[in-house]
Amino acid sequence: MDLEMTEVAFFNGTGNCCSDMGTLFKSELMSRCQLYLPPEAAYNCVAELGELGLAQFVDLNPDVSAFQRQFVGEVKRCEEMERTLRYVETEIVKEKVGIADESETSIPAPAPREMVELEASLTTMENNLREVNINYVALRKNHLELSELKNMLRKTEVFLSENQLNLQELDENTRLLDDASEREKDIEDQAYSSMKFNITGGVIDRARLLAFERMLWRVSKGNVFLKVAEIDEQMEDPGSGDVLNKAVFIIFFQGEALRSRVKKICEGFHASVYPCPDSGVERREMLCGVDTRLSDLSTVLTQTTEHRHRLLVAAAATLRSSYVKVRKMKAVYHVLNMFSQRDGGRVLIGEAWLPTADIPDIRAAVNTGAQTAGATIPPTIEKVHTTEQHPTFNRTNKYTGGFQSLVDAYGVNTYREVNPSVYTIATFPFLFAVMFGDAGHGAIMLTATLWMIIKEKSLESKRNISEIFNIFFGGRYIVFLMSIFSIYTGLIYNDIFSKSFNIFGSHWSSKQMSFVATNSTPLSLGMSYMLDPKDNNSYHSEPYPFGVDPVWQSATNKIGFLNTYKMKISLIFGVIHMSFGVMLSLWNKISKKLYHQIFLEFIPQIVFLLGIFGYLVTMIFIKWVMYGANKADPFSEHCAPNLLITFINMMLMKKADVDIKMDKCHTSLNYEIDMYPGQQELQKMLLLIGVLMVPIMLLGKPLFIMYRRRQARARYDSLRDELLEPQQEEGGPVEEDFGEIMINQGIHTIEYVLGSVSHTASYLRLWALSLAHAQLSEVLWSMVMRIALASFKGYAGAIALYLIFAFWCMLTISILCLMEGLSAFLHTLRLHWVEFQSKFYEGAGYLFMPFSFRESLKQAAEDDKEVLKTIAK
Amino acid sequence: MPLCGQKSSVCCAVLSVWGGIQLGITGALIYTGSPAFIEDIPLAENANWSPQEWETNLHAGYQQSALNCWIAALLYLVTFCVSTHQYWANYNTGDQFKATQF
Repeated sequence: MDLEMTEVAFFNGTGNCCSDMGTLFKSELMSRCQLYLPPEAAYNCVAELGELGLAQFVDLNPDVSAFQRQFVGEVKRCEEMERTLRYVETEIVKEKVGIADESETSIPAPAPREMVELEASLTTMENNLREVNINYVALRKNHLELSELKNMLRKTEVFLSENQLNLQELDENTRLLDDASEREKDIEDQAYSSMKFNITGGVIDRARLLAFERMLWRVSKGNVFLKVAEIDEQMEDPGSGDVLNKAVFIIFFQGEALRSRVKKICEGFHASVYPCPDSGVERREMLCGVDTRLSDLSTVLTQTTEHRHRLLVAAAATLRSSYVKVRKMKAVYHVLNMFSQRDGGRVLIGEAWLPTADIPDIRAAVNTGAQTAGATIPPTIEKVHTTEQHPTFNRTNKYTGGFQSLVDAYGVNTYREVNPSVYTIATFPFLFAVMFGDAGHGAIMLTATLWMIIKEKSLESKRNISEIFNIFFGGRYIVFLMSIFSIYTGLIYNDIFSKSFNIFGSHWSSKQMSFVATNSTPLSLGMSYMLDPKDNNSYHSEPYPFGVDPVWQSATNKIGFLNTYKMKISLIFGVIHMSFGVMLSLWNKISKKLYHQIFLEFIPQIVFLLGIFGYLVTMIFIKWVMYGANKADPFSEHCAPNLLITFINMMLMKKADVDIKMDKCHTSLNYEIDMYPGQQELQKMLLLIGVLMVPIMLLGKPLFIMYRRRQARARYDSLRDELLEPQQEEGGPVEEDFGEIMINQGIHTIEYVLGSVSHTASYLRLWALSLAHAQLSEVLWSMVMRIALASFKGYAGAIALYLIFAFWCMLTISILCLMEGLSAFLHTLRLHWVEFQSKFYEGAGYLFMPFSFRESLKQAAEDDKEVLKTIAK
Repeated sequence: MPLCGQKSSVCCAVLSVWGGIQLGITGALIYTGSPAFIEDIPLAENANWSPQEWETNLHAGYQQSALNCWIAALLYLVTFCVSTHQYWANYNTGDQFKATQF
């Protein structure tokens, strides 16, 4: 739900119709209101306000800790539910089930009674999942044991059957295996029993095998025989899912003493020992039993997995909506915790900052909430007077939001101060374009931003956008305007990928050009010829209709010509921008009703700026208009005075040096080159006025304040004498404050005066960056494309062009569009923040952060992304 | 079927469109003998030619460059077709892959 930029004239309950409309010019009127809500309706009312997103609640219980607040129980329950949801989400993500994305704004905050149902369903879901998981792990463990047993039986079968074959021919007495039934028979025959071997079989980690063998050897003093076979089948650890490599071992030993030692060693090495029956028949029976049990277990396992999957799919269907409900509930309870209870719990009182223009909407929302809850007492909103600083609320939409955030990044504008972002919408792209100035690169930027704007909706709803792309996407309207303006300045500079377009026919012609070749100087590329603009055959006496004449791209003095042009327009734009800033400070002073400051600050400032730098700009225009190559002396081109020298001489009150070459250019009897009669006198007067303005700026305001205070004190003193009340306060502090005022004013004055010189020069970056951009672009063409076009013979050039063009494209986008674009963006931003805003901006406000579900859900989604990143690892 | 991923095929397609258009226009401008491209044509430097030889060589150079531009533009058209085809191939197998996963 976009908050459209509306012009609301308010005829609301306050009864006065203000001429202030809700625009971007100033921040909105805010009022601090108290809300009286009946407790049963409080939840619904706050939920409605959350949907509306226009109220910033003030914490009325700042001293109360989080655990002592009224609704802490409900908040805890909500957090418990969120934890459950997060657990379920982790399981769903592990299982790679897709989660349905629901549109989050359509789900309203649930009523408090729904919370119990939600809690119950979430707890059952969690318990089911945990149970299933535990069972699954236990089943896997069982499965692992059985597979180990199976493997062991198989391998030992191989070992022992070899021995069995030999045993057929052997005597009973020399049978190797110690049969338990035989033991009773041979109980007298102790000697024989000690000859028979016992076996212990089991499974051990392959990694521990070597140490195991060594240990056995040492402990038994070499009296055991270990046979090992590796298990090829891959097995998974049931808990962690790691892959296990195990090996089957079988130990042959004699005597009972070794049995216990072997058993201890097996336990020490975490080898799982399985009973290995001695006779082959028993072993085979056991193997069959194990096989059947394994197949049963596999069936159970698959069924468990399917059941778990079904549970997760069912959970995934409602996961997002449950998240939204729980989060909205939690947000409402957090806000309710900020309310204070009075009147024995019969009414909840909260305080909030509301935009005055939206109070009717807010009233309606609160009433709707009360109606839904069925409260009998209607809630009330009452304005409260406060001296705290009001928050700044600028109503923006998706187009103006970007510019507002650019301004806010430097400092949020003070309440009801002039908002510079309106003007930034026009000046920012313009100053950027003056520095960027290439129609081709502007066209590339335009296509990129048009794609982003057209695909706005689908790109916004994507969840996994990278940070950098998000930054560009957020500023897409700014970049769109920047690219359009760049195309315009590119056409003015006549620069498209470093080439110029000849649309109207160049106004310089080469009819006069003739190259004469002699034997000593043959014709070659690179010879130059000078075209004189005085000559009618070389220059049609009128300039090219739009932009720079295309002939300049072939001129060797192109840079010299364009430099003076770009420097002069940079200064013109700079002085206009800065004077505009000073004008805006006038508006600030009028709205704050500080009329004395208009005469003591604004007028001196503007007179100083315009008198000195405005005069420089006027001189630029005079020189452009009055002097020309086709004019006769003293207005010909070599008589045109150097403006920089003229300006310096004006400041230093110096006389110009005598120059014999400029003999014909003098218009007066002295040796000055005057552009108009009376120039020297005017300059002296302007300098004097400018210098006089400085002490007014420095001392005006402090003296005025001192005068006012003296008046006030005189009045107060006379009053005090009448009332006979002893009070001694103002003596000390006033004097100190006065010192501070003087210092502050001194700082401001120095900043302004020195700043006007340095900031004016700072605008020359407009020239510097556009020169750099043009040169980079030209170098790129001549170093990259020219190789493809000019250095290959014949049709090999086509293949070279195909490959080199791709390379040229990459370099154009990365260096010229991205790097230069970011650089020009940064410089424009600096020009706005420092040179423009320092003339009028206070920037000491704080932003209006309303309680809005949309914002809190967005914030929660960001946190979710962070959590998911850690899970995915 | 797919030789390159989906993102690189989109990248190549965009590049090919840009190349096709720009090289086409540049070729046309060079063909008409625009003086902006005087240094972009293959021409031997410091050759001792008479003015007539200069003229013929200049024209030949312009023609050569223009033809090269157009051939490269055609090559980019082919690249565009290939990369669009790659994009479709990726699109189809991509969907299939998603369907069998779970």
